[in-house]
Amino acid sequence: MRDSINADRRAEVWRRLETVTDPELDEPVTALEFVTRADVDADNCVHIEFRLPTYWCAANFSFLMADDMRNAVKGLRWVADVSIVLGEHMYADKINAGLARGLNFQETFGAEADGDLDELRRTFLLKTFQRRQAALLAHLIEAGRNAAGLVEMTLAELVNLEVNEAGARLRTRYLERRPIVSVSIATSRAFVDAEGDPLQAETLSTYVRMLRRVDVNAEFNSALCRGLLHARFDTETPLSTKGGRRFEPSRVSTQDI
Amino acid sequence: MYRTANGEEIFVIDGHTHFWDGSPANQKNIHGKQFIECFYAYHSNLSPPSEKWTLDKFSKYDAKTMHDDLFVQGYDDMAILQPTYLGDFYKNGFNTTERNAVMKKSHPDRFILNSAFDPRDGAKGLEAFHANCEKYHPKGVKLYTAEWKGDSKGYKLTDKESYKFLEAAQKYGVKNIHVHKGPTIIPLNRDAFDVADIDDVATSFQDLNFIVEHCGLPRLDDFCWIATQETNVYGGLAVVLPFIHTRPGYFGHVMAELLFWIGPDKILYGSDYGIWTPKWLIDKFMAFEIPEEETKETGSVLTLETKKKILGLNAARLYGIDVEAQKKKIEAAGGYAHLAESVHAPE
Repeated sequence: MRDSINADRRAEVWRRLETVTDPELDEPVTALEFVTRADVDADNCVHIEFRLPTYWCAANFSFLMADDMRNAVKGLRWVADVSIVLGEHMYADKINAGLARGLNFQETFGAEADGDLDELRRTFLLKTFQRRQAALLAHLIEAGRNAAGLVEMTLAELVNLEVNEAGARLRTRYLERRPIVSVSIATSRAFVDAEGDPLQAETLSTYVRMLRRVDVNAEFNSALCRGLLHARFDTETPLSTKGGRRFEPSRVSTQDI
Repeated sequence: MYRTANGEEIFVIDGHTHFWDGSPANQKNIHGKQFIECFYAYHSNLSPPSEKWTLDKFSKYDAKTMHDDLFVQGYDDMAILQPTYLGDFYKNGFNTTERNAVMKKSHPDRFILNSAFDPRDGAKGLEAFHANCEKYHPKGVKLYTAEWKGDSKGYKLTDKESYKFLEAAQKYGVKNIHVHKGPTIIPLNRDAFDVADIDDVATSFQDLNFIVEHCGLPRLDDFCWIATQETNVYGGLAVVLPFIHTRPGYFGHVMAELLFWIGPDKILYGSDYGIWTPKWLIDKFMAFEIPEEETKETGSVLTLETKKKILGLNAARLYGIDVEAQKKKIEAAGGYAHLAESVHAPE
């Protein structure tokens, strides 16, 4: 009985972790194979271990992902406590000590930081907004929607727009990020730029091209990070055969992004 | 020297090479071990299987191996030695100007010796840089802004001290500033790879050229924007080029973007030796064409003219190399003796 509850709870933890993304790559930390362990003990404490593609990965992103994982898992009402441990990283000791004491980034790094991570988080959320918007716009243009219609479209119209399965997925991902930029109610414009200003029909194709740079960059980094992680930790070999245990999360393909 | 099927000779200047010692004997601490292992992860992940080295060979290779990989097996005619000191990680430094100078001395027509400075070294560093310039007359420096030094985990080009060193570079005729961004700039809460400081100094130092190594990766998008705005900002293809093997579609996409935004005159080939070797990189690059779909969208085409610029002519312009004269020198010294006879026989 206890075993099946435990298995269910582990599965719940993994599902929560799937909602946490690498801020730069905009892909779940689970799909990226950063998380190597997520167990629940008899006292309902969750133990998470994770690793990154290099020893040198930026301290801020490392901390941000750990913090997001902690918050995502804490949201489960049965969770008593969450411990998160980062392995083989230049700042592992510092980050792990900070996480264990429940400190934020600034408190963890003291004089080495001059603020928390809000600005950084916003910068990269905006990049994911742009990237998801470019993917959706490109899809809709390809599907025959004209520029004038797209720039005038309201959020309600976008939500009700008939799209195929791929389009629906892109739309869901875009709508998740749309509120970051400006007020998002039914009558708001569906597509605005990063400042929240409306787009122009005449320049829409140039605009989408500009945004594709963000996309190229993220895809490039994603390929690099996966490759480095593989070279460093031999990700071909399933963790279960290396002594770890693992719940197989559903995959998010980069093709979807 | 690369020779096309119809006999055209392409002069190759490798914009980014190292003669390092990352061996355990030279490692000062865990960071030194992790540093070379991180390089090795890049090497083993992005190289074709046949080109993979052992970690042992990778950690420290000798001068002859390097010479042959670049100029005999490889198509490089010349190579720029870019130093990376890392005095906090390695007992004798990782890849110092002094170590590179030995290579340069053995093969003076083949190597371009660059120097380095670190603004955090203050007045003493300025003196050392001056002495270095007197001794080696470098035309370029390599800056590694993420280098650890004592308690410091990096610096920015916009720091007051950086300006002093850039002014000195200008004075000593060191025109080419190669910048490599790493991940640990203070304050840690900001984006450590931010390339905005390059924008700032490129505007302030119009006579200097800023070559952003690996095109600002992982901030390729921001880099393209800056390089479009500033006439003296260039992109080095080290790290970008090996994707031609593992992700050719991507490489095409990135090249199309780079050509669209910064143009064919501002992109420089670099193997990043010993992370990768020139032979396979250039074989693949010469055979490469940008996918039609990308060309349709950007108008970017990788013509033979553009390839020549990227492989050598752009670097020759920055470093004041007279290609024809240099070819003669190298040939006179027997540097092309390994090439098939027909390469040099007039047709």
